Amino acid sequence: MRAVIIGAGITGAACARALARAGFAVAVLERGAAVGGTSAMCEGNLLVSDKAPGPELALALHAADRWYALRDELRDELGPDFPSIEYERKSGLVVATTHTGARALKTFSGTQRAAGVEARELSVDDAGKLEPFLTRDITAAVHYPQDAQVQPAATAEALLASARRAGTEVLTGVEVTGAMRGIDGRINGVSTMNGRHGADIVINAAGPWAGAVASSLGVSLPVLPRRGMVLVTTRMPHRIFRKVYDADYVGATQSGDADLQTSTVVESTAAGNVLIGSSRQRIGFDDRLDLGVVREIAAKSMRLFPFLAEMQILRTYGGFRPYMPDHLPVIGEDPRVPGLYHVTGHEGAGIGLSVASADILRARILGEDSPVDAAPFTVDRPTLVPHLREMAR
Amino acid sequence: MTDVLVVGAGPAGLAAAVAARRRGAAVRIIDAAEGLGGQYWRHLPSSRPSEREELLHHGWDTFGSLRDEVCQDPDIVVSMQTEVWAIEQTADNRLRVNLARGEADGTGRLTEALAPEQLILATGAHDRALPVPGWTLPGVFTAGAAQAMAKGERIAIGERVVVAGSGPFLLSVTASLGQAGARVVGVYEASRSRALARHWLARPWELAGAAHKIGELAEYAVHHIRGRVPYRTGHGVVAVHGTDRVEAVTVAVLDEHWRVVTGTERRIDCDAVCFGHGFVPRLELPIAAGCHITERRFVHVDACQRTSADRVFAVGELTAIGGADLALAQGEIAGWVAAGGSLDDRDIRRAIRSRTRAEQFADRMDRAHAIGDCWSDWLGDDTIVCRCEDVDAGTLKRVAAATNSTGLRPLKLNTRAGLGLCQGRVCGRNVEQILLATHGCEEFADATTTDRRPIATPIRIADLARAPEHPTDSVLNRPRSQ
Repeated sequence: MRAVIIGAGITGAACARALARAGFAVAVLERGAAVGGTSAMCEGNLLVSDKAPGPELALALHAADRWYALRDELRDELGPDFPSIEYERKSGLVVATTHTGARALKTFSGTQRAAGVEARELSVDDAGKLEPFLTRDITAAVHYPQDAQVQPAATAEALLASARRAGTEVLTGVEVTGAMRGIDGRINGVSTMNGRHGADIVINAAGPWAGAVASSLGVSLPVLPRRGMVLVTTRMPHRIFRKVYDADYVGATQSGDADLQTSTVVESTAAGNVLIGSSRQRIGFDDRLDLGVVREIAAKSMRLFPFLAEMQILRTYGGFRPYMPDHLPVIGEDPRVPGLYHVTGHEGAGIGLSVASADILRARILGEDSPVDAAPFTVDRPTLVPHLREMAR
Repeated sequence: MTDVLVVGAGPAGLAAAVAARRRGAAVRIIDAAEGLGGQYWRHLPSSRPSEREELLHHGWDTFGSLRDEVCQDPDIVVSMQTEVWAIEQTADNRLRVNLARGEADGTGRLTEALAPEQLILATGAHDRALPVPGWTLPGVFTAGAAQAMAKGERIAIGERVVVAGSGPFLLSVTASLGQAGARVVGVYEASRSRALARHWLARPWELAGAAHKIGELAEYAVHHIRGRVPYRTGHGVVAVHGTDRVEAVTVAVLDEHWRVVTGTERRIDCDAVCFGHGFVPRLELPIAAGCHITERRFVHVDACQRTSADRVFAVGELTAIGGADLALAQGEIAGWVAAGGSLDDRDIRRAIRSRTRAEQFADRMDRAHAIGDCWSDWLGDDTIVCRCEDVDAGTLKRVAAATNSTGLRPLKLNTRAGLGLCQGRVCGRNVEQILLATHGCEEFADATTTDRRPIATPIRIADLARAPEHPTDSVLNRPRSQ
């Protein structure tokens, strides 16, 4: 069985690894450079804390277990010469700064606990013990031991290298221009600028560009780019030990608003740079610097960690997250084109969910039991159908 | 009055400011340094004036008259210790230039935003040094740093100094070192004499007008002969030795690709080394302003010095490494046109003629002293390439091979090269070339370079959070205090 995967970001890499290990002959086609898009423009969050009970949380809980094992698998397979994926189960600390926010956070974490998430309410003093530099001006704090992080570009490269070792061929600088179809209507390959690639199945893993890829293959998919900015400080001795964020972030992830939303997310990297987010904005693929966004993120971060005021911002970067109008990723076969699968739409959670999504994809293709109920992620789910109809008009 | 903002107060920027003002514009000129003059006319601060500046500087009179014109005109605002930390392209296709004033790493810098009608970028270049084994030892300097210490502090970097690299700047820095009291034991120019002759001596009539440039070089040459400084072409310093500081270097003959010719290595004792392998234009602001960058990695400009970005001009070393003559001529033309003048105006005829000559000179320099492809063969695996993040050549090669990546961004993130405080200004080109050589390709598949730095200079979070949302309405407005 031959599989073509479109897109060499972390999702494409995870899918390639899963299918190559299942015995498929896999070719990954990448328009630019591998790991050159969203996977190199994000923070590498593996979060359960920001997810409401439901299918995405189930996927994230499965992913949390998978990453724990995967770190050792990748290290043993790739050896010491390969850059570390910097996996760290550092836990998350979510804080509220208003009384309304405190009530909402406590209610929200209660529902998460009922769904199997470890979430401990802390007093302000206990939160201060975990994060000595955190403002004491908080109204509630919840600790999430399952939250973790990775260095996303290294992780995507590691998954891709592992896929290569299982026989995957990675072709960069290859743009897909159309679908090849059999007389039965099944897709049986893709055409590119540099020739054709025959395949029994084709997987669209092009992240925020998956909508354009779908169009070139003859179907519509309502994936939109949602821009997110990250600020990077100079290196410093570690003063932030967990993933610390304002409870407003949960609201921002679940919002469908196109306008700018910012909420504070702060964490240290292994090297000692502090990453400061976050913003969400639907402005197409406009990647120009907008200091309005940067200024707002900077101002909010100081409220959470006052010492940051004196720290220096060294660089900023913005990435495009693949946004779905119903806030769920798409993982599965496209009923309109048998043999074509989509794995995209994870928005800001794609690094963490990549491996879990690849597990579902593999199960769907091989007809095995899926580790997570795959029904909510299908292309023809009820919440997505109206958007597909809208696009088809 | 047209509003003109000039960024950079070296020869190009000063000439631009003066010409724009003469043509009737309101001008603001800014520079990160404390004093006017840029790197070229770096001099002792006014608190410690020297009688001897004119002996140390070419065109010191030119500087004096430009400085006087800039400082004595109420319609030219001079902002020193002021940096552009970001340029934004706003929705209505205007530019917003964000300034920060004060000590570069000080707290509470004044921030200001401007939306100038015309922007002239004159940010110049920083010098490039190729890494060699041992180059991180104390006592190794870039040519630019050695020159700055000699001119700005009257300090010689050592007693017995070896100068190595490529380009006429080696002669200039050798002269400065001599004036600061160092003994230069040898100057090693990597380009071979055949290449030098081919570019330098071809069509000499083109250089006739650049006589004083030739004079400048002749002066250096005379200085060398008088000072008995050996000057060798086709040679390079390929290793630096010492335990706590520089004690000696290995000098070797290089072929045309800058490969070491085996068996020609010689050890020379010295206590300081000065490396200069040409210059890298500071492209982050032109890139942020949306200017097109040429294949040779300079800012593309037309005959008026206009870039491809609307109402943005580039002058001086952003456009070519051509020394002060080219910078002065380009600056004058850009300032004049930005203020509403035309190329046909008599006032700038001389500048146009002078530019043509200086451009030919610059082009020859560029070709004669081009860096050879094989310099990275000199490196050991443990030779540090990125000093900010301590990344060695072995790591660069290992990660490039292990990931098979052809994307500069993931390679930077996974090696950490260029992620440090200088944001790849020092190591960027070297890192790019080593990574590309590992894969044997010409460019990165993600079509990016180390020159892109949207945050052009580090800024404190508090200053960033306080930065004004709306630009002041004239470049002459003093920033509001904060």
